[in-house]
Amino acid sequence: MFDALTERLERLSSSLRSRGRLSEADLDEALGDVRSALLEADVELGVVRAFLDAVRTRLDGEVVNQSLTPGQQVIKAVHEQLVEVLGSTPLKITYASRPPTVVLLAGLQGAGKTTTAAKLASWFKQQGRQPLLVAADLQRPAAVEQLRVLGSQIGVDVFSHASDPVDVARRGVEEATRLGRDVVIIDTAGRLSIDEPLMREVRSISDATSPQYTFLVIDSVTGQDAVATARTFHETLELSGIIVTKLDYDARGGAVLSVRGVVGRPVVFASTGEKLSDFDLFYPERMASRILGMGDVLSLIEQAERTMDREVVAESASRLMSGTFTLDDFMAQLNQVRKMGSLGGLMKLMPGVTKEMRSAAANVDDGELNRVEAIIRSMTPHERRDPQIIDGSRRTRIARGSGTTVNAVNQLLKQFTEMRKMMRQMAGGGTPALPGGMGRMASLAARANAQRSETMPEGFEALAAGMKSATPPTRSGGKSKKKKGGRVTPPKQR
Amino acid sequence: MIVLVLVLGALVLVGAVIIVRARRRPRRPAPAVARAPMPEVLVTQATPRPTIDQVAPTSFADRLSTSRGVFERVRAVTSAGVLSAEQLGLVEEVLLRSDVGVATTNEVLEQLKNDGAVDGLALTLRRLLLSYLGSSRTAHTQAEAGRVAVWLFVGVNGVGKTTSIGKLAHRFVSEGQSVVLAAGDTFRAAAADQLEQWAIKTGSDVVRSSEGADPGSVVHDALGRASARGADIVLADTAGRRANSTNLLDELAKVRRVADRAPGQVVETLLVLDATTGQNAVSQAREFLAAASVTGIILTKLDGTARGGIVVAIERELGIPVKFVGVGEGVEDLVAFDPEAFVASLLDA
Repeated sequence: MFDALTERLERLSSSLRSRGRLSEADLDEALGDVRSALLEADVELGVVRAFLDAVRTRLDGEVVNQSLTPGQQVIKAVHEQLVEVLGSTPLKITYASRPPTVVLLAGLQGAGKTTTAAKLASWFKQQGRQPLLVAADLQRPAAVEQLRVLGSQIGVDVFSHASDPVDVARRGVEEATRLGRDVVIIDTAGRLSIDEPLMREVRSISDATSPQYTFLVIDSVTGQDAVATARTFHETLELSGIIVTKLDYDARGGAVLSVRGVVGRPVVFASTGEKLSDFDLFYPERMASRILGMGDVLSLIEQAERTMDREVVAESASRLMSGTFTLDDFMAQLNQVRKMGSLGGLMKLMPGVTKEMRSAAANVDDGELNRVEAIIRSMTPHERRDPQIIDGSRRTRIARGSGTTVNAVNQLLKQFTEMRKMMRQMAGGGTPALPGGMGRMASLAARANAQRSETMPEGFEALAAGMKSATPPTRSGGKSKKKKGGRVTPPKQR
Repeated sequence: MIVLVLVLGALVLVGAVIIVRARRRPRRPAPAVARAPMPEVLVTQATPRPTIDQVAPTSFADRLSTSRGVFERVRAVTSAGVLSAEQLGLVEEVLLRSDVGVATTNEVLEQLKNDGAVDGLALTLRRLLLSYLGSSRTAHTQAEAGRVAVWLFVGVNGVGKTTSIGKLAHRFVSEGQSVVLAAGDTFRAAAADQLEQWAIKTGSDVVRSSEGADPGSVVHDALGRASARGADIVLADTAGRRANSTNLLDELAKVRRVADRAPGQVVETLLVLDATTGQNAVSQAREFLAAASVTGIILTKLDGTARGGIVVAIERELGIPVKFVGVGEGVEDLVAFDPEAFVASLLDA
């Protein structure tokens, strides 16, 4: 859906460019697409409207940028607006001068409060604090048990008491003072926003403990209802921020924008997985890209900049351009990729990567990469420079040497050859069939780049142009379809 | 798999080229872009859902009895035949706000535009939505002779799988059936404890194992126990899982195979969905359908303000029928799905 949005916007007639200005009608068309996309991402209807108005104002009369197509310009404006809305008024955690700092978690049933409480405790611990968890969810069977188990996993004490929730919370804070803990995290019972007795209860807990921070825990897959929920909680508790959970699901997470739009409080933390370490501060840029389904090129590039060895990269990049890319370069490249982190994580940042590819990548373990490396390492330097010479007997030797099969060696060689062919055509501005992600990646990267230095570097322009022309409108491309088109068969389970 | 590495290598190279080129060029400060002022609070009155503020209905039935709101407005602007843009806009708003989703909403609008609404907008809209909810909703409880019927519960985290099992156990037990619960959620801390408490509360039997144990073996043991004791039905819990993780879904498929092997027979695989879930519910349904051959949906938390309209899209696109709805916290509050009542409550937003 969103990938389609990006495509649609980019295809907005290039004749617009010559006019030098986005007309009202162009904008209507483009924003109509954006509207559908936002709604598909579960952004609440009212918030969508307010958001589109703001984007329209932003774009109104803006001179068309030379290096961006009108479609790209709209995407850029939408992206920037998203970042601005999501990232304005950030919350900086400060600690009470007289400890403990009390943090109250509230939210609907099943949003992930209990897990979040433990993750938050673990985060505070990393910040050098000494948190205490208070289990005041006496509603759900075994909720206290769950927090105890999680607490023991992260080495944080859990306080609870079989009385009423308000009492538990109050005593929890007292206990923290007695033990000299400086942060108290109170987990409360999940409730439906229209359940008045429970809303009163959480209010009493809040009154009894006067928390410095009250966080609403919200599930990223929430639909239109996110607004009603957030509003009720905000009216009851005066939220200081939002914690979004389950960002590892493939939902676009538009609920985050809805909630931010309605209560005007920042999203502070994001929970991205089942493991207790999958928890971090919230990054507006990432969320904006995610809502737009753009992947996160900026993070990707940042990560690349941080971890990659520029010399190595520059060398293989130039060889790539000249079409003399060897298996040695490939392996160097592979190692650079490895340094950047897990394949699954990288794929998440990459735009235009289909869900199939993503889940396939999530299942690629280091062993697979090791096998590829082993195959290449079992070749002689000569073979690596010129894979053409690898005949049947060499293949057998390589397979034996790397502990793999001839079949695997064949596969690697075949795909390497095709990749190289494609790269060469691309660098030469040819028109190989290159469906899907790459072209989009290039244009998105171009945009990211344009944001950095406004004009695109010359060499890159050529590359980007080559790639753009190489992006066919459909995925019915040629032979290489299997390779790049996202139609990757998930690996066999071992 | 090697394919992936190559794709990745290629993509990263492109990224690398960008970096290198960008570095070589001195950065110029980007010219200031005209910033549109964005209000601190975007929408203060975002959801004009009249019924919520006026009355706070606590049960599904209550909510049905207060069939007012926009539905009334829709009726109010009704004139037979051709629909005005305003009317269509209203329909769109109601459907979108109920999480029905853009695709289904557009289809409804298209139909309304083409066919008009001869017998009134309200009725036509109702009929259209009901036409998407056409599947059979029988919940099967009978296995072949000599085998034990198994209901398998699947879904993502936090939708209310365990609670739904507890409520259904209560239902079966009060009908005089003997029930075995299988604590197949061996991942979430204390999930088995939660199920055990339900077992005690409802008078059913429970089979559990330690945390991190193989869920397949728990289900297997539960089947053994059920067939030894001549129990009527096994309700098997599973760990909540993302719908986009192949490994976890494979594991689920395995649990299903174990449960379907004699003496067990899976007669229902129920996907538990939270009514507050938005468009992601469709992809959840699709993935679970592929991994575990889902035969029905339990829509939970319908007693909140969420409408759960996404199940219309799911039934339209994937043909998975909703079989039960959770309409409250009480143990009796899991009832058979009634399409008429559901559509009425969607339109009552």
